[in-house]
Amino acid sequence: MKVPLRFKSIRQRLVVLLLLAAALLSLLLFISVRAIASASVQASQDSILGAATIAIAEELRGGEEGVAIEIPYAAFSMLGSSGEDRIFYRILVGEDTVTGYGDLPMPVAELTGLEPVFYSRDYQGDPIRLAAVGRSVLVEGTPRRVQVIVGQTRTGQEMIISRMSNRAAALGMGFFFLSAVLALLTAQAVVGPVNSLAEAVGRRGPQDLRAVTRPVPEELAPLVSALNGLMARLTAALSRTETFIAEAAHHIRTPLATLRTHAEIAQRISEEQEVLARLREILRAADDSSRSAGQLLDHATVAYRTDQRAEEDLDLRAVMADVMRAAEPTAELKDLHFELSVPDGPVPIHADRLLLESAVRNLVDNAIKYSDGDDAIELRLTVDGGTATLAILDRGRGLGTMQGRDLTRRFARGSNVSDVVGSGLGLTIVREVARALSGSFRIENREGKGACAILSLPLA
Amino acid sequence: MRHLVIAIGLSLWAGLAAAFEIEEERLFEAQSDGPVVSILSTTDTVVFEPVIAAFQARNPEVSVHYTVSSTRQVYQAIAEDAARFDLVVSSAMDLQMKLANDGLARAHGSQEVEALPDWAVWREHLFAFSQEPVVLLLRRDAFGNRPLPQDRSGLIEIMRDRPALFEGRIGTYDPARSGAGYLFATQDARQSDSFWRLAEVMGSLSPRLYASTGAMIRDLESGDIVAAYNVLGSYVAGGLSIGDAGAVVELRDFTHVLLRTALVPASADQPELGGRFLDFLLSEAGQTALDRDARLPRIDGRALTTNPHQRPIRLDTGLLVFIDPLMRDRFLQEWAAAVTRP
Amino acid sequence: MKFLLIEDNADLARSVAARLSLDGHAVDLAGSLAAAEDHLAVATYDLILLDIMLPDGDGRDFLRTHRAANRDTPVIVMTARSEVSERIAMLDTGADDYLTKPFDFNELGARARAVLRRRDGAASTERSFADLVFDPLTATVRLGDETRELRNRELRLLEIFFSAPDRIYSKDQLCDRLFSAAESVSDNAIEVYVGRLRRKLEGSQARIETVRGVGYRLTAQ
Repeated sequence: MKVPLRFKSIRQRLVVLLLLAAALLSLLLFISVRAIASASVQASQDSILGAATIAIAEELRGGEEGVAIEIPYAAFSMLGSSGEDRIFYRILVGEDTVTGYGDLPMPVAELTGLEPVFYSRDYQGDPIRLAAVGRSVLVEGTPRRVQVIVGQTRTGQEMIISRMSNRAAALGMGFFFLSAVLALLTAQAVVGPVNSLAEAVGRRGPQDLRAVTRPVPEELAPLVSALNGLMARLTAALSRTETFIAEAAHHIRTPLATLRTHAEIAQRISEEQEVLARLREILRAADDSSRSAGQLLDHATVAYRTDQRAEEDLDLRAVMADVMRAAEPTAELKDLHFELSVPDGPVPIHADRLLLESAVRNLVDNAIKYSDGDDAIELRLTVDGGTATLAILDRGRGLGTMQGRDLTRRFARGSNVSDVVGSGLGLTIVREVARALSGSFRIENREGKGACAILSLPLA
Repeated sequence: MRHLVIAIGLSLWAGLAAAFEIEEERLFEAQSDGPVVSILSTTDTVVFEPVIAAFQARNPEVSVHYTVSSTRQVYQAIAEDAARFDLVVSSAMDLQMKLANDGLARAHGSQEVEALPDWAVWREHLFAFSQEPVVLLLRRDAFGNRPLPQDRSGLIEIMRDRPALFEGRIGTYDPARSGAGYLFATQDARQSDSFWRLAEVMGSLSPRLYASTGAMIRDLESGDIVAAYNVLGSYVAGGLSIGDAGAVVELRDFTHVLLRTALVPASADQPELGGRFLDFLLSEAGQTALDRDARLPRIDGRALTTNPHQRPIRLDTGLLVFIDPLMRDRFLQEWAAAVTRP
Repeated sequence: MKFLLIEDNADLARSVAARLSLDGHAVDLAGSLAAAEDHLAVATYDLILLDIMLPDGDGRDFLRTHRAANRDTPVIVMTARSEVSERIAMLDTGADDYLTKPFDFNELGARARAVLRRRDGAASTERSFADLVFDPLTATVRLGDETRELRNRELRLLEIFFSAPDRIYSKDQLCDRLFSAAESVSDNAIEVYVGRLRRKLEGSQARIETVRGVGYRLTAQ
């Protein structure tokens, strides 16, 4: 069935259709009750009218002087019982009207038998119901045909019908309102599974892309199947994104590695000052590219993982130790060493390991990068209340005149670091991770010399 | 202007007068300029005057042109001449019913109509505004120390016992000439078989037959008759001039109660004025004026329950039966056969 | 030292091999896991450099096979990925260390030393010049009975001199090899480290000589 109106909701559509159906049924109910009422009122009027007609007919007498006519008082009195109707009568002997209303309409059919014939006509401007009955009466030994016609207006009948119609209308309305309530309940019940499905899917975590397996009404099965298909495609797309990031990293870094290696070789075998200077620039550019590529990928990974968090329970101490160990050989090249201080007990944290490591590694890399040789880099982990605070302190050149907040803007770099390779993304990554993990990050100048980066995270 | 209206009205009535016999005609002029309501009535002007006065007290701008005629003339004026009266008042319930049934009355609805009991109204076309018992008048002095008859069988008995006293001294309406008499006789006949016995007994005593109530009452008061059967009680509401010598008896087996009715004819020129007068008749003020000043008892359901012998003549289509010409002829023949000596 | 470099990118493989040979290392190249197995079947290596993405399999598969076969040659994985957890996954699978491409060969050296240092029974890397014995693996110099520890930059500086005794290195050359290109280095930085190294070599016949206007060289008295 095509519904011309466009409904925004299934419930609306359902309610409207059910209400239309209910209205139709109510109307049918009203019409049929009214029809039955009319028929039965008609029947009762007919029976009274017929009885009155017969009562007159029964009193007809033959004789020598003609037809004797006696109208029983009760015949008209009972017709007037409703007190509302005008009555008309006509008595014919042969073709002549002997008394009553001479223009009262005659029945169409010939009157045969003893039972009255009923018919409806308009008379004196009103619709009337008539009963006619015929009798044969012997007058001077000759049978004479006598017809008795009694008519009655239908005012009383109309009143009864109208009263019953009003009741039928009330019944119809009642039926309609009951139907309306039931329609609402029905719509609720029908839409219920859709809502509960929507709720179940909506309640899921962002990383929950499993297929929906809850039982649903079979009408919803195509929807659920489409939803599951979409989930599967989304999962595949996300996994492709991850693969793409990895591939991109590979495709950028491998040629860079080749370039860098060649440059180092050239540097070793060349004696020319001019060439060496150029090579230094090449190496510097290669390192710059490498670092930028790494941080861009990190940043993409962070952005992607922030949407796709796979949180797990971690010990922040272990994360720090891992990052530190990975960075140690790099630090050693500058004769830098780490000083790690952590609490005795575990520092539980519920976070995405990759995000957390990205942040800590960027901080440690920064500390190494901006430290001069022979220094210590302090990694301090403290717990205060529900917050774990990770401080990374170096004795490098510090932040110069820029504020910590400015440095965490994307591609923002300190005013005093033009001679050091960097993309300006490192602190942005840290800040974004802090936000994603509901923590905070700040970086400030250290008293004396160096910088202090502080990452605070809520404990699990 | 006003005089012009009245002049035109009068000339109209004069024209109509040719079609039916007018007994009385009077214009109750209003205190101020206004319309004229024309009423055709069977009730004597002198009886209705206080009611009209009460109406004009409330409607000082309305003049009332009051025309009195006999019941049959009133019926004919409306049924045959379509006379242009705004209200028709009659004691002939059957004829009024015939007018209403034949579509010659106009429907009228109002608060006052709604307040009427069901038995006093017929489908918003015909309205009763007073209820008047039909009584037996007796000369107490003629009975000596015998108790007065209290029902029809008692009356029959005393007439049989003392034919000498009643011979030629019983009065009743001639149903052939009096509409009210015909109505009362037919209702009696319908109500009880004892009516025909009564008719026969009366017939054997050479009854006097009257066309008018006034004449019958006058003969009773003068002592020409000692009993007057089926007299409209309202005529003697003020008491008989002979005082205790006369007695008004409501027969205990049953006493008919006539309903005086009004209708607004379909042919009315000013149906709203007729309706206004009708509403006044039905209103508390009108009912009080009727009851107290015109001696036409007000419509009162309680009066009927406290007097169980009182039977209001039903205001229904049964009334049509006896005004059927065939039925009328038959009834009058039968009546004549019973009452008139061969 | 003898390296097995498992890397499918031929350009990178050749350049890395060339670069390592500059430091006196021998390098065999394998472009696939199958080739690597062939090499390992016939030769012994001090260190394996392993790429992760290979045409006939994943480097992690190699690591698992390698460890399952109880071969103890240390493996340093080279990968384009930089996450620490990736590194941990590699270490868990059996890698000895992890290097993110592109890498500084100084870092490779440092990591290789660290890996070899952790393994007992690694081939001795000791070298001697005059009365000085230099062990890069343990970052020490021995003078008779006396062992002196070197810091990283001192170690790398000495390594440069040991690789070609008597050769004169300009300050720039030393700087290029001692510091990464990313670092800013002051002109006198190299003098500081030469000074430090000289103190470590005090008492030895071997000494670092300043060749005025040219640079430095390692000579024996």
